[in-house]
Amino acid sequence: MRARRTALELLGPAALVVAAGVLGTFVSQTTEIYFVTALISVSTVVAIYVFVGNSGVLSFGHISFFAVGVWAAGVLSIPEQEKPATMPYLFDFLSSTTVGNVPSLLIAAAVGGVFALVVGLPLMRLSGLAAGIATFAVLGITNNILRYYEKIGPGLNTFSSVPETTDLAQATIGAVLVIVAAFAYQRSRLGRQLRATREDPAAARAVGVSIYRQRLAAFALSGFLAGFAGGLYIHFIPINVDAVYLDLTFITLAMLVIGGTTSLWGAVVGALFVSALDSVLAEMEDGMTLFGVTVDLPAGSRIVVVSSIMALVLILRPGGLTGGREFSLDRLTGLVRRRPPREATS
Amino acid sequence: MSVFLASGLSDFVSDAVDPQVQVDAIGLGAIYALMAVGIGLVFGVLRLVNFAYGQLIMAGAFALAFASDRDWPAGLGIALCFAVVLALSLAMERVVFRPLRTQSAAVMLIATFAIAFLLQSIALLWFGPLGKTATSLAQLNRPVEIGGLDIRKITIVAIVTAVVCLALLVALLSRTSIGLHMRAAAIDSQTARMLGVRANAVSTVSVLIAGMLAAVVAVLLTVQIPTVTPTFALQETIIVLAGVVVGGMTRLVSATLGGFLIGYASGLLGGALPSSQSQYLPSFLFGLVILVLLVRPDGLFSRTRGLVERV
Repeated sequence: MRARRTALELLGPAALVVAAGVLGTFVSQTTEIYFVTALISVSTVVAIYVFVGNSGVLSFGHISFFAVGVWAAGVLSIPEQEKPATMPYLFDFLSSTTVGNVPSLLIAAAVGGVFALVVGLPLMRLSGLAAGIATFAVLGITNNILRYYEKIGPGLNTFSSVPETTDLAQATIGAVLVIVAAFAYQRSRLGRQLRATREDPAAARAVGVSIYRQRLAAFALSGFLAGFAGGLYIHFIPINVDAVYLDLTFITLAMLVIGGTTSLWGAVVGALFVSALDSVLAEMEDGMTLFGVTVDLPAGSRIVVVSSIMALVLILRPGGLTGGREFSLDRLTGLVRRRPPREATS
Repeated sequence: MSVFLASGLSDFVSDAVDPQVQVDAIGLGAIYALMAVGIGLVFGVLRLVNFAYGQLIMAGAFALAFASDRDWPAGLGIALCFAVVLALSLAMERVVFRPLRTQSAAVMLIATFAIAFLLQSIALLWFGPLGKTATSLAQLNRPVEIGGLDIRKITIVAIVTAVVCLALLVALLSRTSIGLHMRAAAIDSQTARMLGVRANAVSTVSVLIAGMLAAVVAVLLTVQIPTVTPTFALQETIIVLAGVVVGGMTRLVSATLGGFLIGYASGLLGGALPSSQSQYLPSFLFGLVILVLLVRPDGLFSRTRGLVERV
């Protein structure tokens, strides 16, 4: 019984992601783009969740690991003959190396993980506001350097001619892999120790848990996963470095908060919910006919709606849509039978 | 950056002690200090980091641009700026800050993050990405010569305004009963409430004062940066927030000093770094911030180690 419930906590989110992937095969090519974006968002948000959700420490810096993933996969997989045109100042070892699809994703993940580890070594001693500001500072530095240091990349130009290998299948597989990794971590000894420090730092320390080490491990793992998500993203859409800065930080944090910060289920639900909403709004900005009525929103309405919903969720339901709890069939059937939800036991 | 260390250091030092650079840096520090007070005051009373503070300034700047578009006299424009910023502050306090008062600091920070993006995207819808220009006070940009230095009038205005505002605030906090209530609430809000301090009144007053300071900053900043876009004051707010945390959020004095220092430092680095390196200015600043936080996580000027427990 208990094992079944545990298995469901993994199968629930994974099934939802696979369902989204399968659904995406039935729609037109233009709509499919929204599905791929949503699945990459799942990977990104779950990566952030691994640290923020399990540790309870806010991080504004995870998009910097995503950004170095974008950079590593982008710079390395652009065909050699194209590099001099877009990136004339590149270091030799970068301009003379080209890697394929899967290796570039692995390198993106590794670069993200190593960067997070190096950054985390000093920063994980901080908590609270100091940690929030320091991770923000890391994001600022990463953006600043990728923007102007043209020996390592295209600077402010777009990463053009990166092979577009991330399709629906790869995005789905990627999201499932990230979910499995996050689940394995949170059920492991390390993950449980970190969650203990989140609930009661003093008690966790008293039973011999090192807050610093547990946070560092989660930070590195979540940087690894965020780098991987960044790799998936650059193989999907050509972007420049400013596309992976404040706006993306905001929207991914919004997804996590709206879904529910403290559960894997919440991260997945939040990412898919906000992505779906965002896609519908994007269609409406282009003019969409719905039941015979043409809805035409002015460009830029998306962020207005998403940020309003985020603020509303925080004010009315601070635990997020899922209440920060894991997937459970009991609660789902309970909802159908209109029974009052059980008290939170986590 | 190694190039900067090797060859540019002596140039850097001689540029940095240049009085011209010094005066400009102090002027920038004064504006940042005002923003730091606005953020620090609300944090002290409500335990809430207001990420949306920059968007209040942005709204005020758009009000000034609106007035300047219609050729209103400068005084009327400034009045409109104050009205808009104060109304927005009050609305923010009622709709967002009050319902969230019992939540954790992280939830409140994320909520104000959402409000910041909401206001910014509303401005984007309303005025477009290119924004508007506010020019009614542009004559303050003209320099006056004092002792061989070309000092722009706005620099003097900024420094004087900052000093006056801070003096008024100190008087309010130490000489009036509402000021006493605010200080009591900042030190121990629960006990203060038991002793009869009205939480809502205190929080409204502190948000209003912070709003006034935001309006003042909007006026000062639009003189220097007349192009008002939806991201107006965003970069400045991020830097001031960092400065406030670096100074130490738990005391208003240390938060203000932190704000001034980071403004001064960015003015100094901006004025003294050669142009090939000044594009890395944010990296230098944020690097400094990280270093300071590692050595003194509770802030440079803080006395207590309370922040970790509180947040």
